[in-house]
Amino acid sequence: MILLTLDQLEIGREAMIIAVGGQGGLRRRLLDMGLTPHTKVRIRKVAPMGDPIELTLRGYELTLRLEDARKIEIEEL
Amino acid sequence: MNFALIGNPNCGKTTLFNQLTGSKQHVGNFPGVTVDKKEGSIRKQEDATVVDLPGIYSLSPYTSEEIVTRDFLIREHPDGIINIVDASNIERNLYLTLQLLDLEIPTIVALNMMDVVTANGGKIDIKGMEKKLGIPIIPISASKNQGVDDLITRAVQMVRKKEIPEKRDFCSGDVHRAIHSTAHLIEEEARSHGVALKFASIKLIEGDEKMMKELEIQEPEQDIIHHIVDDMEFHCGMDREAALADSRYQYIEKLCSELVVKPHETLGQKRSVKIDRILTHRIFAIPIFLGIMVFIFWITFGVVGSTLSDWFSAGIDYLVGLADSGLQTLQVNETLRGLLIDGVCSGVGSVLSFLPTIVLLFFLLSILEDSGYMARVAFVMDRLLRKIGLSGRSFVPMLIGFGCSVPAIMATRTLSGDRDRKLTILLVPFMSCSAKLPIYAMFTAAFFEEYRALVMVSLYVGGVLIGILCGLVMKKLMFSGEPVPFVMELPEYRMPAAQSVLLHMWDRAKAFMKKAFTVIFVASIIIWFLQSFDIRFNLVSDSRDSMLADLGHLISPLLAPVGFGDWRAATALLTGFSAKEAVVSTFAVLLGVSGESAQLTALLGNIFTPLTAYCFLVFCLLYTPCVAAIATVRKELGGTRQAIGVVVFQTLIAWVVTFVVYHVGLLIL
Repeated sequence: MILLTLDQLEIGREAMIIAVGGQGGLRRRLLDMGLTPHTKVRIRKVAPMGDPIELTLRGYELTLRLEDARKIEIEEL
Repeated sequence: MNFALIGNPNCGKTTLFNQLTGSKQHVGNFPGVTVDKKEGSIRKQEDATVVDLPGIYSLSPYTSEEIVTRDFLIREHPDGIINIVDASNIERNLYLTLQLLDLEIPTIVALNMMDVVTANGGKIDIKGMEKKLGIPIIPISASKNQGVDDLITRAVQMVRKKEIPEKRDFCSGDVHRAIHSTAHLIEEEARSHGVALKFASIKLIEGDEKMMKELEIQEPEQDIIHHIVDDMEFHCGMDREAALADSRYQYIEKLCSELVVKPHETLGQKRSVKIDRILTHRIFAIPIFLGIMVFIFWITFGVVGSTLSDWFSAGIDYLVGLADSGLQTLQVNETLRGLLIDGVCSGVGSVLSFLPTIVLLFFLLSILEDSGYMARVAFVMDRLLRKIGLSGRSFVPMLIGFGCSVPAIMATRTLSGDRDRKLTILLVPFMSCSAKLPIYAMFTAAFFEEYRALVMVSLYVGGVLIGILCGLVMKKLMFSGEPVPFVMELPEYRMPAAQSVLLHMWDRAKAFMKKAFTVIFVASIIIWFLQSFDIRFNLVSDSRDSMLADLGHLISPLLAPVGFGDWRAATALLTGFSAKEAVVSTFAVLLGVSGESAQLTALLGNIFTPLTAYCFLVFCLLYTPCVAAIATVRKELGGTRQAIGVVVFQTLIAWVVTFVVYHVGLLIL
């Protein structure tokens, strides 16, 4: 088991969320979009300029910035 | 009876709204924010109306869309809620549903895209879900108009019988206990403020300041709530917000594992992945996006748009000519005829000739929006705009600004968050619009024959650079608040529905025409008046004696420090406020030439040196947007004060920048 943050996960890899950091509106938004502990996520792709990233969770596609992804702790599966 | 239509973005809400109401709808604003409020009466139900609330994911108090929805539900007390849920994305959609149920308002779920789910081997036990959630659920297909009649019948029946959602506990263990004790504590406050008890309790546990204020919770109670929350956080090992979000999602996961068989990857999903392989490709994404934008520009401001505009203005000219000869035969007073024909008709007419361009542009833009491509643009271009505190979503309105500020500012409607919207609107005028092109063309022909391209590029790039600088400053000073987080869904690509695209186009055209006949109508009369009369209210035959020229004389000393203190330059800039092209025609009139460009360029040499000519161009690039753009700003920023602020701000920036350019130029040359 390796603990990482979501921005470190490579394309195509899957992970489980351990904790969601950040604060205020951002954190709430992350939680509301379903990035809650124990949720499985997979990195789909990276935008042409290297940021933001696209991920798949709960059967849909979500995009977020690397700096925000850094606040999400994950465990690679 | 009044229904509220609520759902996540991209779940077919607009399509359902159109199905529910037909074309009987009207668009307004929610008070205080520029979030569209669409209302309509439900077909075949004369006494039932429905309000289309903004697409949201949650009832958190952060984005303006969420706040608008919350306030509407709490204060307006709709008789029923129609909650549209995307069956192919049911987990995340039910998250909002669970929050709606706490409001104790009769709620019905319209389970959209059920056909897609079943066609791909998915299954949802609707009866079971109705029982679990305690509300009626009707499967529909909004795009195929299936099940909508059932939905209407059941929804009306629900409201008539006042079927409040049956009480269910979605949270278990520690969270449930915390909600229970808080509810006990604030029963009185919730009742006296007319807020649903469970909703209020949950919001307080989530640490919702807005709710705390609204219910006027006193300090001793606040302390107890803090204590309850601390206890809950300790026991479940998560903070308050995570604990609640987690318990809702856990409930949904459990529910879905019992009642939902997930479909295989649907055709639409497979198609989306394939399309995305090209449209968000690491190398091709940006060229494709720029290509699409060039195509849109070519269509709207190039061939098709300008042909349509020409026809349209030819039509207007013909009608105006008819009216003119009519007035002449009737021997109407000359001045009145001047007011009607030269003032009102030509002023409003010249703005109306933009209408085809605007309609065409919004036609193409709503295709981009409805197909799901706009979200990809945000994804691809986000990095570029982040430095000035905006997200990739603002990129398209800004690009449109190079065509015309009016539709660009109107296009900011699709941005989420008031802050992003306002900042984008303020930055749009820095994109040099196409109406300024004749000015650039005239001056570069007269002064910079050899360096034409260089001068043009310097103006366009200069505008963008100064815009970025202003953006950075504004971000620090005026928009220090939290930006809308860029956590955005990338929806499946969909074929845009003709009805939504056409309705959207019609809305925009209507808004634009309304402006043409109100603000621009008045502005045209004022400008005509200033142009036709002298200071003693005598009609003038030569516009050199008019009040406008006097005004030009008056303000020309202010422009001397920036290089062009000539009254004719000042007067031309004044008329440029009505439309930028007017700067060119004013010079022609004031220099006494009949628009013949060779003569005009020669005479311009008497007023300007190459340096001051360049300064004049810089000033034109940056000073106040035209009256149509300002009228749009006024509508979208929600106030006359803000609109005047934009006029003053832009003119000030123009003055300062031109001052610097002029004095640096004097030193170098």
